[in-house]
Amino acid sequence: MLGQLLASLTDGLLIGIVYGLAAMGLTLIFGVMNVINLAHGPIIALGMFGVYLGYTVLGLNPFVGLLLVGVLGLLLGVVIYTVAVHRVINAPHLSSLLATFSVNMIIIGVGTSIFSTSFRNVDFNLGSLSLGPVTVPGTRLAAALLALLVTAALYLFLRRTRPGKYVRAVANNRTAAGLMGIPATRVLALSFGIGTALAAVAGGLIAMSLPFTILSGGAYELKSFVIVVLGGLGNPIGALAGGVVLGLIEGIVPVFMQTTWVPVLEFVLFVLILLLRPQGLFGAQR
Amino acid sequence: MKRFYLLTALFLTLGLLVACAPAAPSAPAATAAPAAPTAVQPAAPPPQVITIGYTVSQTGKYNVESIRQTNGLKLWMKQVNEAGGIKLSDGTILTFADKSYDDESNTDRVQELYTRLAAQDSAQFLISPYSSGLTSAASVIAEQYGKVMITTGAASDSNYTQGYTGVYQAYTPASKYLTGAVDLLKSDAPAVKKLAIVHENDKFSTSVVDAVKLYAEAQGYEIVLFEGYDSGTTDFAPFINKIQQSAPDAILGGGHFQDGSTFARQLAEKKVAAAYVALLVAPPEPTFAELGDAAVGIIGPSQWEPQAKFTAAAAKGAGLTWAGLTGEEYVATYKAAYGEEPSYHAAGGYVAGLILGEAIKAADSTDSVKVKAALDKMDLLTFYGRIKFEPGAAAHGLQIGHDMVYVQWQRDAAGSLVKEVIWPKEGRTANPITR
Repeated sequence: MLGQLLASLTDGLLIGIVYGLAAMGLTLIFGVMNVINLAHGPIIALGMFGVYLGYTVLGLNPFVGLLLVGVLGLLLGVVIYTVAVHRVINAPHLSSLLATFSVNMIIIGVGTSIFSTSFRNVDFNLGSLSLGPVTVPGTRLAAALLALLVTAALYLFLRRTRPGKYVRAVANNRTAAGLMGIPATRVLALSFGIGTALAAVAGGLIAMSLPFTILSGGAYELKSFVIVVLGGLGNPIGALAGGVVLGLIEGIVPVFMQTTWVPVLEFVLFVLILLLRPQGLFGAQR
Repeated sequence: MKRFYLLTALFLTLGLLVACAPAAPSAPAATAAPAAPTAVQPAAPPPQVITIGYTVSQTGKYNVESIRQTNGLKLWMKQVNEAGGIKLSDGTILTFADKSYDDESNTDRVQELYTRLAAQDSAQFLISPYSSGLTSAASVIAEQYGKVMITTGAASDSNYTQGYTGVYQAYTPASKYLTGAVDLLKSDAPAVKKLAIVHENDKFSTSVVDAVKLYAEAQGYEIVLFEGYDSGTTDFAPFINKIQQSAPDAILGGGHFQDGSTFARQLAEKKVAAAYVALLVAPPEPTFAELGDAAVGIIGPSQWEPQAKFTAAAAKGAGLTWAGLTGEEYVATYKAAYGEEPSYHAAGGYVAGLILGEAIKAADSTDSVKVKAALDKMDLLTFYGRIKFEPGAAAHGLQIGHDMVYVQWQRDAAGSLVKEVIWPKEGRTANPITR
């Protein structure tokens, strides 16, 4: 039992870190501009296809492909913000929900017609690492380490760089930031771009170890919502912690009961957090 | 004089009336010669194009198996049409055309599309979609519209206990899918005592594992893990951790191609030590070899393999009717048409067409009632094996003639991955190996 518990905890921790990275994009966008991005799932799926196409068509190492996915994700986010979100940024929530949902439907529709809904697989193997009862596939370990690296880079960007400070200032008070000479619109576009890039990179990391379709992002989007509530809406570092909590739940629950109970417990937790601690386990940050 | 005119007018009127009366049928002249046989034969009935309707999962999780199944069916139609079609005793020539749609591996789409095929496209006969779940949805529609439907790629037993009268199964039923793997272990791996069964939670896979669990327990095996996973699962780590904890000697289960091949890959990544792994559907597919080392040792039940040797002579010896081409001919024509080795899904698609064609020939008609009667009596041997349907109402249309073979991926002397038949013993091309 101890061996299974250790193996399950390790698996849960590794996948949870990647979940956290995916959720970080969602929570960053919400934290900065108060927009719930319903195109989050399809963007994760686009990240998966970015790594897949880089590997199979261009022959790129998936880790190199991830860099490309990050850059393209950033640009895509800026485009989505400019075209679909900027006009409704000050409108009621329903408008921005509909705008991002439209982007969701466009990506899914175009993606389905190009890629179909057939499963794809990045056939990339880094071997496995065994330590006692725990065996970890190399791709999962690498994905978790890279997710941590990206999180650290995001933290440093937000804390130590001028554009990062602009992002925090706009998140704190957009009007005041504008009065201080911060180009709020450009910062909002940048923030949406960073959130999109984070989701796309998380998708790319998932694609290195699990098969996927253009519809696969939906499941990770749902997990991201649970995670941002767990970690506190608008709190990127809380999202990482929330991701780890969710991953650990996914790892530990099957040790004691049928695996089909995992989503039930995840969403029970989601409702409980909303009822009992709506600011999240780690506190909302705006 | 006046009387003369009156009489003349009367005669003329009578004459006109007689002339205008319809002619009485004239009696044949006693001396007329009997009609000589005409030099021109009665016109032959015009050729008929029979429309076969079906859906194919061009997208979604069944696309690999379903596209191959359709390839097989299309090959049969092409061969029959190129050979001039099927000729009935009244001289009618039947050729075949297909009408198909993408069902997206989606049950709701299947119901909608089979209704369209039956009602709007006027398909005379139907072939099932791939998978038991989709076929179950299509069967309801086929029965509602009184169409004969040959099912292939659909092994679930329960579809044939619904009281359908026109649905006939080409595959060996699910209840017999993995029982041969237990027989194999008993025969060749007597040290194996503990089994783990991890399976997809769908209609087909559940039918298979419920049957194999009962069978294995009756044979004295201990089932140390019995758990299902949702369709669409891609991360098997929680199940693999459970498998490692329960330390089975062999793992049985899986579901379809996508989940089965992912499961096999993750079993290898996690270095699971079970000596034998038998998974549904995925291993017999030629593309399973793309897993490389993860494929080595994986066993799979197959409806048909190219090495199978069913011949006309064997049919004669068994008192069965032989139908269609030989296995070698089938493999050669399939390779020529599609540039790849046919899997059992492709063979299943071909044989579904073959069954329909043979039933039409036996019925000498395309009338559904007559074709059903011919199918009820059918007992054929083909390159794919024996075909016989349960005629009784309790499980009408269930396949009762066909048997499975079991394959295992092994490395040959050159190090290449090859698929060997390891069960039944009499059809064995190599001995089973451990992983």
